[in-house]
Amino acid sequence: MKEIRIHGRGGQGAVLAARMLASAFVTEGKYVASFPMYGFERRGAPVVAFTRIDDKPIREKTQIYNPDCLIVIDPGLLTLPTLFTGLRPESAFILNSPKKLPKQPNENLKIGGVVNATKIAVEEIGRDIPNTCLLGAFAAATGWLDLKSLLACLPDYLSGDILQRNLKSAERGYKEVEVTKW
Amino acid sequence: MVIKHKNLFKTENAWSNADELLLCLDTGSWRTERPVLDKEKCNYCGLCALYCPPQCMTDKGDHFEPNLAYCKGCGICAHECPRGSLTMVPEGEFAK
Amino acid sequence: MKAKKGQVKVMTGNAAAAYAAMLCRPDVATSYPITPMSEVAEQLSTFHADGVLDAEMVEVEGENSAMNVVAAASIAGGRAFTATSSWGLVFMYDALLQAAGFRAPVVMAIANRETPGILAVSSGQQDIIATRDSGWIQIIVENCQEILDQIIMAFRLAEDYDIQLPVMVNYDGFYLSYLSEAVEIPAIEDVDKFLAPLKQQPQRMKLRPGVPLGAGTHGIEIGFMELRYKHCQALLRALKKVDEIDAEFKQFFGRGYGGQIDEYRTEDAEIVILTSGGAAGTAKAVVDTKRAEGVKVGLVKLRLFRPFPHERLVKALKGKKAIGVIDRSVSFGWNGGPIFTEVKVLSREIGSMPILSYIDGLANMDITIPHIERVVDEVSAAAQGKPYQEVTWIPLE
Repeated sequence: MKEIRIHGRGGQGAVLAARMLASAFVTEGKYVASFPMYGFERRGAPVVAFTRIDDKPIREKTQIYNPDCLIVIDPGLLTLPTLFTGLRPESAFILNSPKKLPKQPNENLKIGGVVNATKIAVEEIGRDIPNTCLLGAFAAATGWLDLKSLLACLPDYLSGDILQRNLKSAERGYKEVEVTKW
Repeated sequence: MVIKHKNLFKTENAWSNADELLLCLDTGSWRTERPVLDKEKCNYCGLCALYCPPQCMTDKGDHFEPNLAYCKGCGICAHECPRGSLTMVPEGEFAK
Repeated sequence: MKAKKGQVKVMTGNAAAAYAAMLCRPDVATSYPITPMSEVAEQLSTFHADGVLDAEMVEVEGENSAMNVVAAASIAGGRAFTATSSWGLVFMYDALLQAAGFRAPVVMAIANRETPGILAVSSGQQDIIATRDSGWIQIIVENCQEILDQIIMAFRLAEDYDIQLPVMVNYDGFYLSYLSEAVEIPAIEDVDKFLAPLKQQPQRMKLRPGVPLGAGTHGIEIGFMELRYKHCQALLRALKKVDEIDAEFKQFFGRGYGGQIDEYRTEDAEIVILTSGGAAGTAKAVVDTKRAEGVKVGLVKLRLFRPFPHERLVKALKGKKAIGVIDRSVSFGWNGGPIFTEVKVLSREIGSMPILSYIDGLANMDITIPHIERVVDEVSAAAQGKPYQEVTWIPLE
């Protein structure tokens, strides 16, 4: 089983990202379970989304305390003191940031993927909604998901012009993510 | 054999003392825009302070200013000001 | 005869509830939104707007009206569905009691959330407990597929001629209501087939213009007692009916849930953990871990809460060495959780053994794997005769 934790702020699409991720893995034949936890349901307030993937049915209904992968949509959340607590060894870290990662943020991390998803989202979608771009980056950096599975499930959640823009954003995230291995 | 249950808490109060900040939320980080005051228009009526949900409008003697550690950028102060002396300005313009 | 494989879609628990209701072709599907079940109302409205759901969507101004509308529709002979949570459930309390007393077979989805008293927009089973004596049938489910399947079974149960009682299908707010899982949606024709036996039964009474009939009328003395007695008897008949319907569902759709309770690795278990809802899923994972360590532990997942599955629980728990009950609610006035206090009633029949109460998961607190592992360890120690604390509020201690 793989446990992925997505950190974002209300309005950045963290919850939708977790659902899209779940759908994408289902098309690859995996079992999934994904849910968000909001403190306050409003724009700007921190939100966490938990996604589990496995080859057999998932029974656990708890939050994720030992992630195999962290996806951070808002770089401002890097200051969260418990962000890296409980990280599994050889885990992955996907970050939306205009800057590179200066050093290995945590000894348990094996893969780091950084992409300026905000810039790509503003260019492709016209708004700072970096979620689909980061999902593309996730697919590339971890290799756990085929890009085409991700793109195939976007129409379940978006349509029309917005869908096309997000497809481009996801593809760019996939291609432009800078991957570091430690 | 059953162990007798222990008392978990020292006090029996059900109410909490709100002046002893029990919960200190980082509401300032939620903000995407902040109120900016035009001092010329302000007449120190105090309505902004009255309506502010996190009650973060600080009394400066002849006008009020938001405490940016807690201002969540809701815009209610700007909406309620009878003189239109507060304007909501995107945070991006204040980033260094 | 078996149902064909349904379409698989990733959806939330709330969406699963709405799909289930839509598939059962209700005549009236009126809900008032409240966190964390608003999506049920939204999804039903979408189905209606898209022409997929042909039901009366009466726009109500609150949950009390919602229950009045669906209960009335039900006693007029219609199939009725609604959904709510916590505050909404208590706002409709008088109509809730009426629905049961009138024997109106309404089906209601509840995304469980803490009740008023301490403001909490968060998960908890107190709303189930606050309404356990309403006369409704109450069932608690563990995952999104079970939400969908149980609501279909709920219509089959509620409208059964021998039952004619409203049914609540309960699922954890936030932890299940917002949980996205892959859910198999049965074909509507197969759902029609599953509910078809209802049409073969004698038709229940319904109010219609020009025909003098009384429903839930003013009861006096012996007349009241007769109606109350019949209500209680119907609830008791529901026990076996829940098992029968579950077996029929399993035979037809290929998915079964055990009926009144589900037992996981209990046959040779020495100690048993008893819980309900999503936590039962987590507990199954803990049972497997502990079994691998040599602990002979099993899980009883309580599905039917009202009527209380007395006989099946006695059978499952008899002869065990200790039981740990995890409650996601409190029992005001008793020391211990509500399911715990009700399980203790079985003491004489199951044999003298330590029964431990654990209160956890209130107001979105997570019932984690370490929590449940602690329960197994302490119940194990109690089974070996070590001194134990009868009631533990896990997150506080």
